[in-house]
Amino acid sequence: MSELPLSATADAALQAAPATKARGYWATVGRRIMRDKVSMACALVLLLIFLSAILAPWLGLEDPYKGSMIRRLRHIGTVGYPLGTDELGRDMLARLIYGGRLSLVIGILPVILAFCIGTSLGIVAGYVGGKLNTAIMRTVDVFYAFPSVLLAIAISGALGAGILNSIVALTIVFVPQITRVAESVTTGVRNMDFVEAARASGAGAFTIMRVHILGNVLGAIFVYATSLISVSMILAAGLSFLGLGTKPPEPEWGLMLNTLRTAIYVNPWVAALPGAMIFAVSICFNLLSDGLRSAMDIRN
Amino acid sequence: MLAYTARRIVYVVPIVISVALVCFLLVHITPGDPLVAVLPADASQELAAQLRAAYGFDRPLPVQFGLWLLRALHGDLGNSIATGRPVLAEVMRAVGNTVTLAIAAAIIGFTMGILLGLIAGYFRETWIDKVATSFAIAGVSVPHYWLGMLLVIIFSVQLNWLPAVGAGPSGSNSWAWDWAHLKYLVLPAITTSVIPMGIVTRTVRALTGDILSQDFVEALRAKGLRETGVFRHVIKNAAPTALAVMGLQLGYMLGGSILIETVFSWPGSGFLLNSAIFQRDLPLLQGTILILALFFVFLNLLVDIAQAAIDPRIKRG
Repeated sequence: MSELPLSATADAALQAAPATKARGYWATVGRRIMRDKVSMACALVLLLIFLSAILAPWLGLEDPYKGSMIRRLRHIGTVGYPLGTDELGRDMLARLIYGGRLSLVIGILPVILAFCIGTSLGIVAGYVGGKLNTAIMRTVDVFYAFPSVLLAIAISGALGAGILNSIVALTIVFVPQITRVAESVTTGVRNMDFVEAARASGAGAFTIMRVHILGNVLGAIFVYATSLISVSMILAAGLSFLGLGTKPPEPEWGLMLNTLRTAIYVNPWVAALPGAMIFAVSICFNLLSDGLRSAMDIRN
Repeated sequence: MLAYTARRIVYVVPIVISVALVCFLLVHITPGDPLVAVLPADASQELAAQLRAAYGFDRPLPVQFGLWLLRALHGDLGNSIATGRPVLAEVMRAVGNTVTLAIAAAIIGFTMGILLGLIAGYFRETWIDKVATSFAIAGVSVPHYWLGMLLVIIFSVQLNWLPAVGAGPSGSNSWAWDWAHLKYLVLPAITTSVIPMGIVTRTVRALTGDILSQDFVEALRAKGLRETGVFRHVIKNAAPTALAVMGLQLGYMLGGSILIETVFSWPGSGFLLNSAIFQRDLPLLQGTILILALFFVFLNLLVDIAQAAIDPRIKRG
């Protein structure tokens, strides 16, 4: 290429131009995030944790429910029990991996549910405006009057312990936050020319929201939602830690942390392991969300 | 300023009423009979009906809410089912301990956060920035109840320097500002401080970076102002937003202390809430949540007013 005279390169570029389609926004974002080492490392860690949780039954692990009185609270590095055993003599490695199944579901599902509900509410409030906007947004304000930890615990405390209740409680915590973001980005888009044009060409409100608004606001709401996963993981495990989530003997990181609390005088580092899992997932989601945010900020 | 303050106070009234409504309804979304905790298992129908009438559970919901709100306005939040004592007194006693913890944590978290944020924002994109930012991200990502456990493992179990649980030596019933009590505060306060530390660091870093990249900073430097003088301008410009974030964080610490108070058996409002949940003590649950939420609402109000007082741009908007 370097030997070619300048005009020839330009010609070649001109001829090649129609053949290669301009790279789309999301492809650019994808390429940018692939180049970010921290984000990729986090994605890899999360992938490993997810895969091991999904594939747990086929990994040849010990039975996570089978305990033994004679091998309780073995230390990390014991032969046959690489991460030791818990207060009932159950294999910690197996329980941590199996624990990921429930912990990840109760941590992530509320954000997904809140994303769907909050985005719909926010777009409708932002696009329709008027009384409907006031009604939705004032209701949202009420939930903002509670610190989120307090709200989660209040709802799940009132509903009683249980996985489903804690998912419901956390969803209620996140819906107002996502609604607020969705409403504010929608308000920013609703008076733009292309929306006006769609309206002028006779598109109905639903079509405009689905086709013209959603595509333009979804990215921002999505990034915001990913930043909530970390908090959601910590809160979901926290509810179980308090005894408001799942029940023993189910392996779940928050609950494991709770039942192992009494063991900190005997075998402290084994007792701390479930928390390390929560921390790892939470920090990886936070860093990944930060990476996604800066990858999507194309202007910089 | 007065008009702004008055307007903000008027805005708070509907919020307070809705918060009360949510707290009131909490008891009614609970499955099962709210009387279950007081009724003996073999209670007769008449006794159940009698108690239901005594607690007012036999009236229609809006009437119950009106009566409850009226009594709440007079400071009567009912009696705890478990202890029989007035809810308000129980909650206020516990809130004192939570405030102590939150203030100690705020001093640690805000100081660290402001310092780290200023340094990171000033040395943006250098290794100093990376270290400070990593601290901040770790602070907001760590499950704080787990951090509490780790600190107990290191400083109580292994080193035996600080007590693991409680809020004072045995036999002491109330808080005092001496070392015998303070050493109980150290670990819970550090644990509580990490989230505000992380959030304040991130906020102050972003603010500092934005302000330093503005033209007026260039002008200040051009006219020969030394860097310490430039910093004074940065702090003045960052203060309103930073203050608002810190106010909100203080509110979160007051209202969200339940997990940390449970780890350290710290006898505050969160600990009270925990026992209310597990004893199904609904009046206590309702009252604690109401008071904590009201604290949060009024703290937000104060922050808004303070922010407007130091930043003249806000009142006009």
